[in-house]
Amino acid sequence: MTMTQPILSIRDLTVEIPTRHGILRPVDGISYDIGRGEVLGIVGESGAGKSMAGNAVIGLLSPPARIAKGEIHVGGTRIDHLKGDAMRRLRGKQIGMVFQDPLTSLNPLLRIGDQLTETILAHLDVSRSEAEKRAVAALDEVGIPGARERINSYPHEFSGGMRQRVVIALALCAEPSLIIADEPTTALDVSVQAQIIALLKALCRDRGTAVMLITHDMGVIAEAADRVAVMYAGKLAELGPVRDVLTRPRHPYTDGLMGSTPLASRGKARLHQIPGAMPRLDALPSGCAFHPRCPYAQDKCSADPGPTLADGNGAACWFPLPHDAKVA
Amino acid sequence: MALVSVANLTRIFDVSKPWLNRVVERRKKAFLTAVSDVSFDIEERSVYALVGESGSGKSTIGKILVGLLPPTEGSVKIRDVDLARERDAARVDAVRADIQMIFQDPYASLNPRWRVRDIIVEPVAARGGQTRGMAEKLLEQVGLSARDAGKFPHEFSGGQRQRICIARALASEPKLIVCDEPTSALDVSVQAQVLNLMSDLKDDLGLTYLFISHDLTVVQHISDKVGVLYLGRLVEEAAPDELFDDPKHPYTQMLLEAAPKLGEFGREVDPPKGEIPDPINPPPGCAYHPRCPLAEDICRKERPEMRPLRGARVACHMAE
Amino acid sequence: MTDTQLPPDAPIAVKDPSRLSLALQSDFIYTFKRSPVAMISFAVVTIMVLAAIFAPLVAPYNPFDPASLNLMNGFSRPMTPNAFTGDTFWLGTDDQGRDVFSTILYGMRISLFVGAAAVLFAMILGITLGMLAGYVGGWTETIIMRVADVQLTFPAILVAMLIFGIAKGITPVEYRDQMAIWVLIIAIGLSDWVQFARVVRGATLVEKNKEYVQAARLIGRTSPAIMLRHILPNVLGPVLVIATISLALAIIAEATLSFLGVGAPPTQPSLGTLIRIGQGFLFSGEWWILLFPAATLLALALSVNLLGDWLRDALNPRLR
Repeated sequence: MTMTQPILSIRDLTVEIPTRHGILRPVDGISYDIGRGEVLGIVGESGAGKSMAGNAVIGLLSPPARIAKGEIHVGGTRIDHLKGDAMRRLRGKQIGMVFQDPLTSLNPLLRIGDQLTETILAHLDVSRSEAEKRAVAALDEVGIPGARERINSYPHEFSGGMRQRVVIALALCAEPSLIIADEPTTALDVSVQAQIIALLKALCRDRGTAVMLITHDMGVIAEAADRVAVMYAGKLAELGPVRDVLTRPRHPYTDGLMGSTPLASRGKARLHQIPGAMPRLDALPSGCAFHPRCPYAQDKCSADPGPTLADGNGAACWFPLPHDAKVA
Repeated sequence: MALVSVANLTRIFDVSKPWLNRVVERRKKAFLTAVSDVSFDIEERSVYALVGESGSGKSTIGKILVGLLPPTEGSVKIRDVDLARERDAARVDAVRADIQMIFQDPYASLNPRWRVRDIIVEPVAARGGQTRGMAEKLLEQVGLSARDAGKFPHEFSGGQRQRICIARALASEPKLIVCDEPTSALDVSVQAQVLNLMSDLKDDLGLTYLFISHDLTVVQHISDKVGVLYLGRLVEEAAPDELFDDPKHPYTQMLLEAAPKLGEFGREVDPPKGEIPDPINPPPGCAYHPRCPLAEDICRKERPEMRPLRGARVACHMAE
Repeated sequence: MTDTQLPPDAPIAVKDPSRLSLALQSDFIYTFKRSPVAMISFAVVTIMVLAAIFAPLVAPYNPFDPASLNLMNGFSRPMTPNAFTGDTFWLGTDDQGRDVFSTILYGMRISLFVGAAAVLFAMILGITLGMLAGYVGGWTETIIMRVADVQLTFPAILVAMLIFGIAKGITPVEYRDQMAIWVLIIAIGLSDWVQFARVVRGATLVEKNKEYVQAARLIGRTSPAIMLRHILPNVLGPVLVIATISLALAIIAEATLSFLGVGAPPTQPSLGTLIRIGQGFLFSGEWWILLFPAATLLALALSVNLLGDWLRDALNPRLR
């Protein structure tokens, strides 16, 4: 446990989807904290449950998915049982959200200035003129040139990168303590991606905002995150400081993932590959979900589910790789 | 002799609004130059990678190569046959049979109502060829099971679908396969599997690839030569090691610098300035000059020609 | 080298699961089994269709066989023995002593036949034109869709009456009664194709840009082959929904026309004709001659419509 109270604290969070084939668990007993000014990277492949965990935190699970177990605390307040209005108020005030596709988070029919002002008025106790002033300031802060003029533009008048900046401004303007960024740079070009990452990091540093950065891109994690949580089949496989996890992975899945990532420094070498694919939720293997793909699997792995990660660092593996193991 | 020879290729799209809107709103016709004066060769049994960000025209070049789009100017010759201009139908057909394509989206590139078997053999069946047992053989070749032939596409994951696409591309025993971002919709571990498979198939079957990607780090694992595109223009062409060790065009340097790096934790980069300009009104001279740290007067006025430089080709006035 | 969950030596010859068995396990059947409205309306429609098809076997009397008619049976009340003959009719008889139950069965036959044939006609016309408009584009699209827009500004029933009037004008008098049914089918069909064309055009525009269509194009498949074998199977889902709802509308349109006296002739009375005949007796107390055909029409149209509504929800992935 850290000394100061974490901004976001998730304990044993489990999300269930009842289907006619049985109950699926896209998120299965995960726990982590994000402290003030910290960027926690959530990394995993599609189907790992990383977005679902983010949606659970802001109460955007689409039925029939529901939180079946566990607790979510934001700034010391338990929020997982909040409904309707209470959740909506909190969502804008305490938690900001940045999605992959900026167009889905912006109303195409409203000027961006109006969208910003409305959001500020809804969550902060300020006058309209003060709200407008803050809207311009927010656009300025996310690096939109000519913010005073651009405030009267519609979303379609911005380029993809600029739109994502507007979304970040929108997420920021109510001064939330936590920002959840779900694949914020996946739809963007490399050069723009670098700009957005730099922006997120700067905001985090200057304002002390906690950031949950959900992505599939190990490179983005390495550059932006302080700590990283690796998810596999709804569970946390490994959690720890980004440098430790990425350079000395202890979970065989993290190790394989690192090996598969193309690197500029590797030259024209063959890529390491993890055999098979992420299991489907309705056909999870017994024991540790990774064992059919794991080169180090033993009998115990197919019998017992992997050890749960206690709060803090470590790998949810019966036979973690030794600390001095090198990246494959 | 090169298998593919692209010379001064230009493709312009008419992106005007409908006639009535133009008259009412007093607008002129609008043209988008997607590809502008691009020339390169692809040697037989090699992998040529085209890399660029969105709007660089890389996919348009791929589509022109396989004959889905005609060029506006310039030519694409495959084994000395210009598909767009050749009049001899038999020669066109023979060349066409030698070209196949793998697409980006493994969910949209397989007809959901067809069985995998029918999907895979279609390129052969369309020419009236014998297809018995062919799908099963190809499925095993791409690492799936013969039993999968009777299934429908929705029963497969993204990576498996991309394998099916590869099997379909192999069915007509092509020489050249144009791969349009074949792994960018896939997860990292699956991407590695597909890249390795493509690399193996190339060696086993003597294939030639045009590999289109937005990701420099991906192409270096598979390519023999890399062409970097910016706003429809080829700005640099080099062998991958050469490109990574000694990028000559400022745009290539920027791309390499901006790409997230695994080893550099908490790297504080000075992010690149600006964004890709509007391709309908590209900047005069060198298209990169508004974002370029080296830009001088000549860059704003004159479009740089491709010139050889230390074992590479580069289109930049300033590169040395 | 590559990975599979299945052993590579799997047998080549495997029997594919049939499309029917796949359909029976699908979510579609599952949602159907959980929707009482869908099941009841499906049952009602099935019973009515079967009763109409097998009317000669089911009906206790043949209302069109003058030999079996007894004028003495005229105006028998339902379930009451006739005062003169002692015969009992479930739903009573009309002025000529025809069994109302039997005339309804025969009338339903004509109503369903005209409705189904009209929808089939509209469907074929609409799919063909819609797919052409969507796939070919350009002027073909403009002309087809503008004609559709213009036709949509008139109520369908008005269009049907217009076509019916014209057709009646050009058919010789002695053929009019024979031709009436076919003219009715064409009139209703022509008033209804627009919906199909619009939906199919929209779906075609989506499908034609998918990569599986490009894959078919680049191996040299012709446009008709692509439309027929690739696009058509993928646009049939929404068409099925519209066809069902159209069927209800077509049955009502036919009844309306017949009620107005411009549809099925009295020699071949449809439900609409029966209602028209029946309303003449309503105020003289013989309510059953009107009520039972009207109730049948209502039940038929309602069930078909409810089935269509459910189908639309079941086939819409966003609502699931």
